[in-house]
This record gives sequence, C-alpha cells and structure tokens, in this order.
Amino acid sequence: MAIEILSPGILTTIQDLGRPGYYHLGIPMGGAMDRLALRAANLLVGNPEGAAGLETVFMGPDLEFTEDATVAVCGADLPPTVNGAEQPSWTAFDVKAGDVLGFDYLRSGARAYIAVSGGIETPPALGSRSTYAIGALGGLKGRALAAGDSLPVGTTKAAGRSGRSVPPALRRGPKPAPELRMLPGLYWHRVTQSSQDAFFEDAWKVANEADRMGYRFQGGRMMEFVEREQPFGAGSDPSNITDACYPYGSVQVPSGAEPIVLHRDAVSGGGYFMIGTVISADMDLVGQLQPNTTMWFVRTDMESALAARAERSAILAALREAVA
Amino acid sequence: MGKDIRSRIPGTFYRRPSPEEPPYKDAGDTVAKGDVVGLIEVMKTFHEIRSDVEGTIDRFVVEDGDPVMAGQTLAVLA
Repeated sequence: MAIEILSPGILTTIQDLGRPGYYHLGIPMGGAMDRLALRAANLLVGNPEGAAGLETVFMGPDLEFTEDATVAVCGADLPPTVNGAEQPSWTAFDVKAGDVLGFDYLRSGARAYIAVSGGIETPPALGSRSTYAIGALGGLKGRALAAGDSLPVGTTKAAGRSGRSVPPALRRGPKPAPELRMLPGLYWHRVTQSSQDAFFEDAWKVANEADRMGYRFQGGRMMEFVEREQPFGAGSDPSNITDACYPYGSVQVPSGAEPIVLHRDAVSGGGYFMIGTVISADMDLVGQLQPNTTMWFVRTDMESALAARAERSAILAALREAVA
Repeated sequence: MGKDIRSRIPGTFYRRPSPEEPPYKDAGDTVAKGDVVGLIEVMKTFHEIRSDVEGTIDRFVVEDGDPVMAGQTLAVLA
C-alpha cells in the first residue's frame, strides 16, 4: 500500500481510459471525463497513458504517501500542495514517504487528474480500473474513495521525471465564455426552425446536475416541437421517442426544456429524443465546466468535427513528444 | 482585518440545514475552524461547507439559494 486517503474531497474516483466494448450491454465506457488531462498526467510521471490515476472534482483530497513517488496533476487549475507548499500543475514533482499531497482552492475548471508513478493498481474489472460508482464496478470496491482507504501503487516506476512539464500552449482548460460544438442529429427535425436557431443563439448556464453521467444546461428558450402523432412505443411527451441507443455526447432535451449532454458514465439508451451530439474533440471540455458557468452551443458539421478531432490528436502527439 | 469564509465547491448555497430550521450562522456569530456555515447543492448532493478560518462573522455576501463558483467568498469576518 502506498497511498493513504486522509480525506477524499467531495468525489474522488480511480479512473483510467475506460472499458470500451460493453455499452451495448448497458455498461458505459467510463474513464476520465477529461482524457487529455489524464494522459498528460500519466506521461509526465512516465506511466503508460492509460494507467489508472485519480479524478477529483472541485475539491481535492488529502493523500499521504507511504513510499517515495513522482506525481503530476493536470486538468483543472486545482493547485497541488506538498505538506502545504504549492507545487506547479501540469508538471511532475517528487514526494517522499510521509508527505501529504493536498490541494488549494479550485481556480478554474472542474476536474483534476492525479497520476502517480507506477499507477494505481486496484484489480481491473472488465478490463479497466475505472470506477463506475452507480454500477458498483471497478475502482476500489466499486465506489468513490473514502477516508481511511489505502491504494496500491504499481512497482514499475520511471525515474528522473521530476520537473518535466507540459508546455503552456499544449495545456487545455475552459476559457471564458466556453463553446461546445454540436453536430445536429437524428431528431433535429423534431423541433421548429425557430427553436433550432434559438438553441445556438441562447446563452446557457451549467446546472448543478453536472456529473459523470451527464451535464444539464439551463436558461435557454423552451423548444417548440413539430406536430406529429407519437409513434408506437413512444411516451406521450413530444420529446419522447421509441427507445433508442444514446451515444456519448448526445444531447437530449426532455420536454424541450433543459439540454443534457451525456458523458462517460451515461445510460446507454432510453426514450428521449436527441437533437445532436457534442463532438468528440469537445468532450474533455464538458468535464471541465463548473456549475453556473455561462456557455454556448455552436453548430458544426461532420467535416469540421473530423478536422477538430484531427487537431485534438495533433495536440496529443505534440504533448507526447514534449514530455518524452 | 477581513478574512473570508470561502467555498471550495460550486453549486447552490443554502444557509440552513432545511427550510424550517434557523441558519447555521448569522452575522455577529463567532465561527471556529471546522464549523459548518452552510450547504452547497451540486451533483444531486448536499455538502456541508466548513470554515477554514476563525473569528466573528461580519456579514454574509451570498444569500440563501444563490449560485456560487468554486473559491467564491461566502462570508466576511469582522
């Protein structure tokens, strides 16, 4: 055992890059909500990109190390401290046996990723160490961390990583007035032209329901539906459809009121229409939005979405090179 | 000289444990480190907000039911 949880913050979970391949059985991919940040933290300490680390939201944990290690914290601007002394984010630093890693107040973003040399080595479940708490799967006993927990850390550790840093140009986090690009989808035709326009014109605010399953947004105009007779199997609300699969990033708007963007621990299907999908390149950003943040949805098309994905891959490639 | 009670988490701030009960703290009350000064609702959970500082509360700057961002000041000490 190498890490003792002194206090867990409000929600700290073990996450890696997830367990693809089971969504059709209702088990979501899970994994870090900000995948680039987890990859960066692992690369900094010399771990494989998909090693398990900790995802902490809004308020960091207090962790005591029982052996020497190298640590990196990437993602939200949640300044790490060692025995109370602030350490740089997006940068590898050493901790000694007996040191306590803590965190100052969150300055921006929502989720920070803590990588430890060797990686967290709890037993994998269905090929991943990611915690899927509502399914009691993965992580430590299928749940978020609690005070008194001990985390096993792997013994394969890279040396000489301390001081390596992600260049500022390659760091990603929310800017003021963030935008999420959405590709209109299967059920876009179900709302009127004026509602389609309003969706992209209106300022939206991140609601308090902003978790690993999905992000809810409030404050835009109610949607008006195109009249139709509800199809067989669909509920009576005009936003109901005959049950269908929900992709990651899909945007459902129950009753046409508050859009919900599904994220890594999403339910795999249901009976709400989806107006479109937030593009893969912007999903990390969703996980960095704090409640009460004002943001906009921006219309995009497939060509631009694929270009954005390629750009995201280029950032990751540059990051790998910069910290190698 | 103004020390602040701040929130580590964003969400909706409540000064009472429930609508029928009195506030955890009022202006003029003393506060010790670790005292609960309010609740924040976020991600379908209510979290107790504890003071990191001690002293006498001069005033609350966030009202019951107001939205707060992480790091925001909730109350100012005298």
